[in-house]
Amino acid sequence: MTEFSSTEAEPAVPNDKRFSHEGATTAPIQKSAKKRLRLRPSTFWSVRQGIPTWLKILMPIIGISVPLIAWSILSYGGFVKDIFLPAPTTVISTGIELFTEDELIKDIVASASRVLGGFALAGLVSVPIGLLMGTFESIASLLNPFVSAVRYMPVAAFVPLIVIWAGIDETAKFLIVFLGIVLYNIAMIVDAVRAIPDELLNAAYTLGSNRLVLLFKVIFPAALPSIMNTMRVNIAGAWNFLILAELIAAEQGLGFRIIRSQRYLQTDRVLFCILIIGLIGLLTDFLLKQLGMFLTPWYEQGER
Amino acid sequence: MAETLPLPPNSGGPPSMVEHPKLSVHGLSKNFVYQGNPLTVLENVDIELKANEFICLVGSSGCGKSTLLKIIAGLMSPTMGEVRVEGEAVEGPGSDRGMVFQSYSLFPWLTVAKNVEFGLKLQGLPKAERRERIAYYLDVVGLSRFANALPKQLSGGMKQRAAIARALANEPEVMLMDEPFGALDAQTKEQLQQFMQEVWERTHMTILMVTHDVEEAIFLSHRVYIMDSHPGRIRENLHIPLPEHRELDIKITPKFLELKRYITNQLGH
Repeated sequence: MTEFSSTEAEPAVPNDKRFSHEGATTAPIQKSAKKRLRLRPSTFWSVRQGIPTWLKILMPIIGISVPLIAWSILSYGGFVKDIFLPAPTTVISTGIELFTEDELIKDIVASASRVLGGFALAGLVSVPIGLLMGTFESIASLLNPFVSAVRYMPVAAFVPLIVIWAGIDETAKFLIVFLGIVLYNIAMIVDAVRAIPDELLNAAYTLGSNRLVLLFKVIFPAALPSIMNTMRVNIAGAWNFLILAELIAAEQGLGFRIIRSQRYLQTDRVLFCILIIGLIGLLTDFLLKQLGMFLTPWYEQGER
Repeated sequence: MAETLPLPPNSGGPPSMVEHPKLSVHGLSKNFVYQGNPLTVLENVDIELKANEFICLVGSSGCGKSTLLKIIAGLMSPTMGEVRVEGEAVEGPGSDRGMVFQSYSLFPWLTVAKNVEFGLKLQGLPKAERRERIAYYLDVVGLSRFANALPKQLSGGMKQRAAIARALANEPEVMLMDEPFGALDAQTKEQLQQFMQEVWERTHMTILMVTHDVEEAIFLSHRVYIMDSHPGRIRENLHIPLPEHRELDIKITPKFLELKRYITNQLGH
């Protein structure tokens, strides 16, 4: 089935008089049969036109249940050994056990506070630097060589160095999370500032703004929705780097749990911890979205 | 050809010894380098606006009229020549030259009233005076009921009226308008032309407006500068001999149509 239907329209006459000048010596333009290109409406494949409510409800159900069913068939059906892929019920009962007997909540709190600490520090550093670099070309030229070069150096490669500098305590973990996201934050905030339309800045100038007013009263609020979005994107990165940090040296935390469970081949525990990280991620994403809507209620809906 | 303008109503009083024009542009040129070749966008432009004049600058697209306005606003620097406000040479933007842009330039995070207040706060006006001015100018543009609305809640025409209120409230020496109605539909555009005429009658603001719409230029202005393109030059400084108060139906009077034909012909050269 093709998306486009073609309708044969009046077959072209070889020497169409309408298109050739009388007495013209040039050869007539070769014309093939005319095809009308018409798009058929589609519910499922609609682009930016929204989908009906039933489809909106049905699709996520399919999206979640298909992998769950596949998982169940593989594990309950005995296709895969329990040690490689434990059954869903096993993972859940292990999870309850982790909470009730092994104080998993302490690990969650430890990990979450490391992520939050590193993330907040990265925000405090990247917002002013990003705003300055996006606003002033001189500052951008000054910092760009450093920022763009270091951005391509993998943070994992810095870990040994960080351990030497900061030891293996909490500072090192903050530092890894911080280094992992701060440069991405900066790059994205610079882009957000540069995307502010000229008219907004020119309006501010002709109302009597100096550069300080421009920076704080125009550029910062104008870039705030994008800054909030940057934060939302990069907090996922923060979790990545946290696990990296905890794999190295830690006495608690979700990453620590995962690596220790691996040692004893406790696949169910590994899976449950990964699941928890995913849930925390969804929750933070939701909270940051709410915070964004609270801070910038003026932002056009649908763009968020 | 220099035309004299009948003195606008409230510019009375004894003339001072040296009376400077509100805004003047002398020998202004602007060159760009385009693909390695020098390109003259504006050549030796002279312009003068007396107090309370409403002047339009008409030219076909690409004649450099918007560039000229940006230079006057101080948002761009000229290659040669200078801009004077009340006889004093200016460099860079300032609150003495307010500006209204073609695209919506309201700060989307501020309400209409706060947008209007933006410049007033920068001027350091006390709160009571700010409130008074906001109320007055929102009334002038007919947006009093929308003082607390956000820009995203306004229609295109209302946004432009709010932007005009913001520029007026700052009480600049001269208000610059860069094709302010260019992005609006024909009906809204005519409404806003009538509205602009009323705004001028109430405020007698000195206004320099750039437009490619000949009808708009004749309807609104006391004088029209007709611009040539490539390079952009002032071709003619044309007095518009129409009564000061105008209604939209003046657009179909023979005199208006004659002016329109004349200017359109000049632009076609």
